[in-house]
Amino acid sequence: MTAVLLVVAAYLASAVEAVEALTIVLAVGITRGWRSTLVGVGAASLALAVVVAALGPALTALPISSLRIVVGSLLLVFGLQWLRKAILRSSGLKSLHDEEATFREESEAARRAGDRTVEGLDWYAFTVAFKGVLLEGLEVAFIVVTFGSNQGSIPLAAVGAAAAAITVVIAGVAARAPLSRVPENTMKYSVGLLLTTFGTFWAAEGAGVDWPGQDAALLGLLAFYVVVSRALVSILSERPGRPREPVEEAG
Amino acid sequence: MSKLAALGRFLYDFVVGDDWRVAVGVAVTLAVTALLAHSGVSAWWLPPAAIAAVLGMSVARFRHRI
Repeated sequence: MTAVLLVVAAYLASAVEAVEALTIVLAVGITRGWRSTLVGVGAASLALAVVVAALGPALTALPISSLRIVVGSLLLVFGLQWLRKAILRSSGLKSLHDEEATFREESEAARRAGDRTVEGLDWYAFTVAFKGVLLEGLEVAFIVVTFGSNQGSIPLAAVGAAAAAITVVIAGVAARAPLSRVPENTMKYSVGLLLTTFGTFWAAEGAGVDWPGQDAALLGLLAFYVVVSRALVSILSERPGRPREPVEEAG
Repeated sequence: MSKLAALGRFLYDFVVGDDWRVAVGVAVTLAVTALLAHSGVSAWWLPPAAIAAVLGMSVARFRHRI
């Protein structure tokens, strides 16, 4: 069961971040040309692979109780960030991510940027594509390394993440447009729930807690956080005096 | 120095995010849980209850701020 949830979490997290990275890459590639953009994507992908390859073995070398409390705490804080944003978006307090708007802004910025060529590469296209893929991908690399190391299977988490990235790239190439109809907030909400559930479970185990029912407690935790988060969305949505326009915020 | 500061800022945003109180709440919860667990108290109920409270306070604070 935990292996399935591991792959699901890595897949969903990777899909969400890949959709965001794809929007940036498409905007730069269509506006500035594909060669330098794709070199930037390749360089960022290589950097991400190095991060996973370097951090993975370092984490798995830790004793299991230390690993669980360190990684569990990080996953918990990270998962709560995703869950918090998803709750605020679901309750209308924060704007939903708009890939079409991001695409327009990135395309406009790419058109206005000057021409600077370094080693035969369009420096603007390379840098924006590199940064876009690296920054979006770092969250996925973090999830793959922490989730995979605690579950004892970094390759399994990496397969889930890679499968999502491939799916999004194929869909993007087919559509030749940003994937604006992907239910990003629902996916972020699901990832937030999974990271918070596993983070709580592992961090508490590392702190010395014995969970009733052992691994089965994960399902109880997941159900508990689903109920809590839906209740929070419901309470925040019903509050009088809500602003008409949700707040714009990155991420 | 500015690059170091930028890296620190990036790491802070990456791990801690928009509300530092959430990270502090998690740290305090786990510290109390460890104290209780090592004193022989069955403390499995504390982390989910405290995390739910931390999350609720964080989104409520956001609502009041806007």
